Amino acid sequence: MTFILLPTTSRDRLAADIASTPQERARQLAFSRREFLRTAAGVALGRTLLGGHIARAGTAPKKRKVVVITFGGGARDQETFAPEGQENIPHLMRELIPQSSFFTQVVNRGILGHYVATASLATGVYETINNFSSLPPEHPTVFEYFRKDLKRPASDAWVVAPSNGFNRIGESNHRAYGSGLGARVILPKHLLTAATSGGSDYEHLLRDNYETPFYAPELGGSEFALQQLETMLKLSVDDFKAHALTLSSPDELSVYIARRLMRQFAPSLLWITLHDIDIAHAGAYSLYIEGIRRTDRLCADLWKAVQSEPEYAGKTTLFILPDFGRDSDDDSGGNGFQHHRTGDALSRTTWMMALGPGIREGVVFDRPMEPTDLVPTLGSMLGFSPSLAQGKPIPELL
Amino acid sequence: MLPHDLKPEQFNGYPPEARKLVTDYLGTLQRLPLSFLPSLLREVVEYDFEFPAERKALEKELANLRALSTEQVKNWFQEFAQIRISPKLERLDWVNAPGQFVEQLAAHLWTTHQVDAFRKAALDYADRLRGAVPPEPPPVPRLGITVIGKGVAIYDEPLFRKLRPHGACFSRVKPEDGLKLLLDAVAARAKAHPVPYGHWYIDGGQEAEHDPALTCISYQALEPARAALLRKMRAEIGRPGMGPEALRTLLAQMRPADLGLGNAGDTVLDRFQVKLLTEGSGTQIFSTTFAQWTAREALRRAQPLTLLVRFAPRQRQKPMNELLSASEDHAELDSIGSLIDADMGAYYNWLNQQRLPGAEQSSFLVWFESHSEALAIGPSMPRGTESTTVVDLRELLSWMV
Repeated sequence: MTFILLPTTSRDRLAADIASTPQERARQLAFSRREFLRTAAGVALGRTLLGGHIARAGTAPKKRKVVVITFGGGARDQETFAPEGQENIPHLMRELIPQSSFFTQVVNRGILGHYVATASLATGVYETINNFSSLPPEHPTVFEYFRKDLKRPASDAWVVAPSNGFNRIGESNHRAYGSGLGARVILPKHLLTAATSGGSDYEHLLRDNYETPFYAPELGGSEFALQQLETMLKLSVDDFKAHALTLSSPDELSVYIARRLMRQFAPSLLWITLHDIDIAHAGAYSLYIEGIRRTDRLCADLWKAVQSEPEYAGKTTLFILPDFGRDSDDDSGGNGFQHHRTGDALSRTTWMMALGPGIREGVVFDRPMEPTDLVPTLGSMLGFSPSLAQGKPIPELL
Repeated sequence: MLPHDLKPEQFNGYPPEARKLVTDYLGTLQRLPLSFLPSLLREVVEYDFEFPAERKALEKELANLRALSTEQVKNWFQEFAQIRISPKLERLDWVNAPGQFVEQLAAHLWTTHQVDAFRKAALDYADRLRGAVPPEPPPVPRLGITVIGKGVAIYDEPLFRKLRPHGACFSRVKPEDGLKLLLDAVAARAKAHPVPYGHWYIDGGQEAEHDPALTCISYQALEPARAALLRKMRAEIGRPGMGPEALRTLLAQMRPADLGLGNAGDTVLDRFQVKLLTEGSGTQIFSTTFAQWTAREALRRAQPLTLLVRFAPRQRQKPMNELLSASEDHAELDSIGSLIDADMGAYYNWLNQQRLPGAEQSSFLVWFESHSEALAIGPSMPRGTESTTVVDLRELLSWMV
């Protein structure tokens, strides 16, 4: 036997592996994430940091707009920010991160189910509703605070969500808020079902989520869905179907709908939840990677849309954050990338980036924060008071 | 009801060997907290259908618990005792349905923000148990083999990226008769070390000809069971009131006969196969997921001495536009995607093998089927190396074990 020694490095081992407590693991994960970013995007980060450039736009809160993109189904560092994963997120690495303030340690201390976690993001409180039931959040959502405090019409806050189970995400059942004060919710898959009158060929495509792939809550209102298409989105059923035929995934459909909303209503608060990555629950690694690559591209597409729409350009802040992570390979209780069931540090610790006027570019923040901090931050940016939210405004963004 | 109220007759619904076991240890079980005991009973109730390694581990755990003094029990289970359980959970029939209790306990822990505390309690208990009852080393060092890439003619991307730092990469392996050589080697080990459920062959497609001494499971052979399961699930989903939790409960109650299994006379393996399909996510749809999950569960539960896993192409996930255009509905295969799945699956197979006793002596081989690339890991294989030596798989195995 003849052997040639390969160059080996420890770069592909997260420092978190040797940490002893969840808090320590989260800190080390954040540190690794920062180092990965510094190495990969060093020029942009270094230049911006040295220049101390702070691009304050001075947009009045009244005119300011916010777009939030969440991923339902996080992606791990080894498939994204770590050196071996960066090939999967070229748009985030090269285009978006250099323009953003990046938070490496967003620790989700709530329930790691996509609906309940997204509801927690939207309320600023760790919700405890059943992840698989079609229930409204128990605490007021960001949309209700926004609309009630600022007296905004219904057309100024929209949610584009991946599955039927998210149809109640726009409005809580809180007594002081709730009915009539929430966001309009649009479910592209529901639209597609209505437009195509269902059909067994689409069963696979239209499945509600990947955690319970064989179960989808029934939603009525196909007529209303079609009305949404024609009266609100100004899109005929035929045109919608024809466009859907050019798209490869439900998330692409969601982004198409979001762009249509931006054009028709220019909502000041637009919330888009992507879901393709969560195919990971089916256990096929290549499909999980495809989902990450598509999400990377769609995030960049949406940022380009923001910059190209006159109603949005120069006055919009974009937030991108996964709802949580996925299980580590090192936890024998899980099955690696497939699920987010162990509650380990990797499945709880995710990241967030913010970009737009007034946001410092190319800056990485390591301090721990929580996803519940998002709503209070939006409140400070847009000028409303999320009085029942548990999180705190993020000073680095204000 | 709480554990100290347990009575022997409450276990009349258990299978015979499990009932005897639990009766023998009733006094021990009565001393355990409710946040812990149903997890243990979930294993006990399956005792009659468990692999020898699982049975032995359970017996040793129970014997250890019986040997603990009152003070020690308090010490060992202090963290579990601090977990708050709701009255609703206490009222559940956790003796006869421990699995359902554990599912609802999990939801309760998440909702009440006690998951981290429970997780720590469970890890601490596992550490203590390992200290008190060290796992036995295997009678012979383990050998894992994973074959990936069936049906792929050309692939230019680097393979084995996650495993390379741990072993030696061979780039001039003679592929001729490779699978047969590997199956023969596995069969030889089975004959040399005849241990029940000790030597496995898992195939993500149609199983190749193999020695009957091997425990064999294949995706193809389970096709009727998979189809029956999907039919049942679809029928149940359409019923009023059926939600994800109810569906999971229903799946947990399925028995081999429900899926047309149970004619081969191996109740342990039949039950194992049912669990693969009812508990594994994606195992019913994607053959690569099936092969990886089956290997994981075989390693975790049966702790085999030898495990050969062969991945095969899975069905292609059609993009949305193809589904909408309602083209011909013939099952297409995704060979390249399956190779990527299997490459990751090989890494997981190795990780799961290394979690078993005797890991430092274990060996692992992954081979790109019908091609010249393989990677070998083991005590005799220098890590992070490459070799251009011309070698066949039999010879390569002889260097490893």
